[in-house]
Amino acid sequence: MARAVSQRRKILFTVAAWSVGVLIFFPILWTILTSFKTEAQAIADPPIFLGFDWTLENYSAVLERSNYGRFLWNSIIIAGGSTLLGILVAVPAAWSMAFVPSKRTKDILLWMLSTKMLPAVGVLYPIYLLCIHLGVLDSKIALVFILMLINLPIIVWMLYTYFKEIPSEILEAARMDGATLKEELLYVLTPMAIPGIASTILLNVILAWNEAFWTLNLTAAKAAPLTAFIASYSSPEGLFYAKLSAASTMAIAPILILGWFSQKQLVSGLTFGAVK
Amino acid sequence: MATHHSRSAARLMMAPAVVLLLGWMLVPLTMTLYFSFKKYLPLRGGDLGWVGFDNYVRFVSSSAFWPSVLTTLTIVGGVLVITVVFGVLLAILLNQPMWGQGFVRILVIAPFFVMPTVSALVWKNMFMDPNYGLLAHLWEFFGAQPVEWLSQASLQSIVMIVSWQWLPFATLILLTAIQSLDSEQLEAAEMDGAPALMRFAFITLPHLGRAIAVVLLIQTIFLLSIFAEIFVTTGGAFGTKTLTYLIFQRVLESQNVGLGSAGGVYAIILANIVAIFLMRIVGKNLDK
Amino acid sequence: MGQIKLSKVSKRFGDVEVIPPLDLTIADGEFTVFVGPSGCGKSTLLRLIAGLEDITSGSIQIDGTDTTDVPPAKRGLAMVFQSYALYPHMSVRKNIAFPMRMAGVPAQEQDRRIAAAAEALNLTDYLDRRPGQLSGGQRQRVAIGRAIVREPQAFLFDEPLSNLDAALRVGMRMEISELHKKLQTTMIYVTHDQVEAMTMADKIVVLRAGVIEQVGSPLDLYHTPCNEFVAGFIGSPKMNLIKGAEAQKHGVATIGIRPEHVEVSSTAGLWHGTVGVAEHLGSDTFLHIHGVAGCDPMTVRVDGELPVKHGDEIYLTPQNDKLHKFDGQGLRVD
Repeated sequence: MARAVSQRRKILFTVAAWSVGVLIFFPILWTILTSFKTEAQAIADPPIFLGFDWTLENYSAVLERSNYGRFLWNSIIIAGGSTLLGILVAVPAAWSMAFVPSKRTKDILLWMLSTKMLPAVGVLYPIYLLCIHLGVLDSKIALVFILMLINLPIIVWMLYTYFKEIPSEILEAARMDGATLKEELLYVLTPMAIPGIASTILLNVILAWNEAFWTLNLTAAKAAPLTAFIASYSSPEGLFYAKLSAASTMAIAPILILGWFSQKQLVSGLTFGAVK
Repeated sequence: MATHHSRSAARLMMAPAVVLLLGWMLVPLTMTLYFSFKKYLPLRGGDLGWVGFDNYVRFVSSSAFWPSVLTTLTIVGGVLVITVVFGVLLAILLNQPMWGQGFVRILVIAPFFVMPTVSALVWKNMFMDPNYGLLAHLWEFFGAQPVEWLSQASLQSIVMIVSWQWLPFATLILLTAIQSLDSEQLEAAEMDGAPALMRFAFITLPHLGRAIAVVLLIQTIFLLSIFAEIFVTTGGAFGTKTLTYLIFQRVLESQNVGLGSAGGVYAIILANIVAIFLMRIVGKNLDK
Repeated sequence: MGQIKLSKVSKRFGDVEVIPPLDLTIADGEFTVFVGPSGCGKSTLLRLIAGLEDITSGSIQIDGTDTTDVPPAKRGLAMVFQSYALYPHMSVRKNIAFPMRMAGVPAQEQDRRIAAAAEALNLTDYLDRRPGQLSGGQRQRVAIGRAIVREPQAFLFDEPLSNLDAALRVGMRMEISELHKKLQTTMIYVTHDQVEAMTMADKIVVLRAGVIEQVGSPLDLYHTPCNEFVAGFIGSPKMNLIKGAEAQKHGVATIGIRPEHVEVSSTAGLWHGTVGVAEHLGSDTFLHIHGVAGCDPMTVRVDGELPVKHGDEIYLTPQNDKLHKFDGQGLRVD
C-alpha cells in the first residue's frame, strides 16, 4: 500500500492535473472575468486577461434591462417546487421498492427510467395543448408539475439505491421493538436516509434549474426562469460580450455555489448507487 | 419484511409514482398518435380531417429526415466516445498522488452546473466567434486563418460544447469507481509481472465496466433530447438539425402539428430502439 | 410464562416449500438451539416465530395464546440480529431505550432499566457513544441490552456471534449462557455452529431442509443420534461412518464410530492403516488415517503426547459399546 511516492512524480501529476482542471474551468473563468470588463476591453485584440479596469457597470446594465429578480424567483420556485413535490411522491415509492421488493420491482424501476427516454419533443404539442386548455400556459405551476414528472424516475432511482443500503434487519429490529409503520419511517428510516435524500434533492434542483426544453417552450413573460432569461441574449445582444458575461454569471452563480458546497454528496448520488 | 400487511402497504405507497408516470406517458402519447393521423394546421384552418399514414410517409420522405437521424446519432455517439475516453484518462490522472486534489475536482465538476443555454451562448460568442472569439485570437497568434466554427465545422463544434458539459459527469463517476478498486489487485498483477499498460487493460478497465455502463445510460437519456445547445448556437442550420430539432420546427415554427406528431412517433421509436439496446447492456451490468 | 408451541407450521416462498408442516414445543425457561447447515430453514423458522414472516399454514402459540396473526411487536418477544441491527444515528442509551419509548414506558422506569442492563452488560461507560464508535463485542452487548429491557417472554437470537472473532465468540457464549441462568427466560438461539449448540443448549433442534431431524439434549444427540445426518453433524471432529464389508459384519448398511472411541496400537488391532496428516493440538492429536476399508480417511483422537508422524503404520480398534449402527435409509438401529 504505502509506497514512498517520489516528490518528482507528485509534482508532475500536480502540474498536469491543475493544468487540465484550469483548462476545463477556463470558459467559466473567462466569462466571469469578462463580466467585469468594459465592452471595449471585452473584445480587445489581443485579449486582456487581468489587466483591465474592473467595473460593475455590466451588472447594473443587465439589471436595468430585465427583471433579473423575477427570473431568479421563477427559477427558484420551479426548481425547488418540482424537486420537493418529486421527493414527496418518490420517498414512499422508493421505500416500498427497497424494503418490500417483489419480482417486478426491477422491471418497474427500468420502466420508470425508460419513460425518461420518451423524447420530449414527441409530446410537446399535446402538452402545449393541455396547458392551454387548463389555462396554465406560461405558469410556474405547469412547469413545477412537468419538471417533477420528467425527473421523477431519477429521484425514485436515486432514493431506491440509497434506501437499499440501509440494512433491512434494522427496520425489522424497529418492528420487533414495537414501532408502527409511521414510527419506523419517522424515527429510524428518515434519520438514516437524510444524507441520501439531501443529495437527491441537490442533484434534482440542479437538473431542474438547468432544464431548457420545457422552460423555453412553455413560458413567455410571466413564468420564464433563468434559462429563458439568458436565451434572450442570443444575437444580436450576444455581441455585447461584457453584458452577456454578466448575465451568464448571474444565471449560473447560484447553482455553481450550491454545487461546489455539496459536491461530495453530489458525486455519490450521481453514480446512482451503481458505483461504490 | 415480507408479511401480507407490509406488502399491501407497499403497493399503496408505490401507487402515486406509478400512476403519475403512467399518465405522463400515456396521455400525451395517445394525443400524439391521434394527431399524427390528421392534417392539423392550427394557424391555417385547424383540424382538416383524417389522412391515414400520409404524415408518416411525408415525414420520412422529406429530405431532412435521414440527415436528422444521422445528426442525432453522430452527436450522441460522438459525445459518448469523447466523454468516456477522456473521462477515463482524466479519472486516472486525478487518482494520482498530488497536492490540492479537492480543488482540482471543484474545477473539473464546474461545467456540469452550467445551464445549457449559458454554455451554448458563451461558447458561441466568446470562444467560437470568427472575429472576436478567443479561439480566433489563438489561431491568429499561431498565424493560422480563424475557423468559422459554427458554420464550417458546425457538428464538431456542437459535439465539443456538449462534451465539455458532460465530461465532468463521466469523470467523477469513473473516478469514484477507480478509487474503489482494491489496490491489492493491482499489486498482485504487478507481482505477476504485468506492466502498467497491461494492468490498466486487464484490471482497471474491466473494473470500470459497470461505471462506464452507468455513464452511457444516463448520458444517452439526456443527450437524445439535447435542444438548447442547438437552439442557441445554429438554430438547426449547417447540418446540425437533430430529429428533436426537426420536429420542433415542424410543430412550432411551421405549425404543422400532424406532420410534427408523426415525427414525434418516429422519435419515440428511435428512442425505444436505443433504450432497448441500452437496457440490455446496462440491465445486465446493474443486476446485482 | 414463555412456552412456545408450533403446530403444523409450514412456510412456502412461491412454489418452494422451505418448511414442510412441523410441530415443536419449547418449554418455558428452556434454552433451545436450532442448528443445521446453511439453508436448512433455521433462520426462517425463527423469523416465523418472531412474526417477521407470515406462516403459510398452521399456528403458533406463545404462552397458551394463538399469536399467528399478532404483529411482531405484540408477541412479547425480543430479537438479537446477526448484524446487531443497531440504529446508527442513536446513542447506545437511545438504542436501548427505543423499544421502551415505543411501548410508552415512563421515563423514570426507562432510566432504571437502562442502568440495570448497562450494569449487567458492562456498558455503563459507553451509554453516550454511537454504535459506530463501539467494537463488535460491545455492539453485540448493546443489541442484547435492547432486548433485555423489554423484559420479553422469550429471546430470539439469530446467529448472533457469527460476526465476532474466535476469542470474543467464546467469551460472548459464556455471557449469554450466564444471562440465561440469571433470567431463566425462554431463549431460542439459531446457529450453524454445532459447538455453540452443544455448549449452550438445554435442548437442540437439528434441522435439515426445513425438516426437524432430531430434538434432544446435547448429550442425547451425542450418544444416540437418530440418523446418519445427526451423527455426522453433532460432534467434533466428525463421527467416522463406515460402509461396506465392515458394516455388513454387524448386519447393517453403515456403522459409525467417533474419533475419540477408537483405540490405537502400533502392533495389533482390528483395522490397519497409514497415518496421513497429524493435527497436533497439544492436549490431543487428531490423526487422519488412510487405508481403512469403507472409510477414508478415518479420523481418530489420540493423546497429545503419543509419538506419531506422517507415514507411520498404525492399528485401530473401535470400542464396541460405542458403535452406532444405521440401516439402508440411514436410520439408527439398536
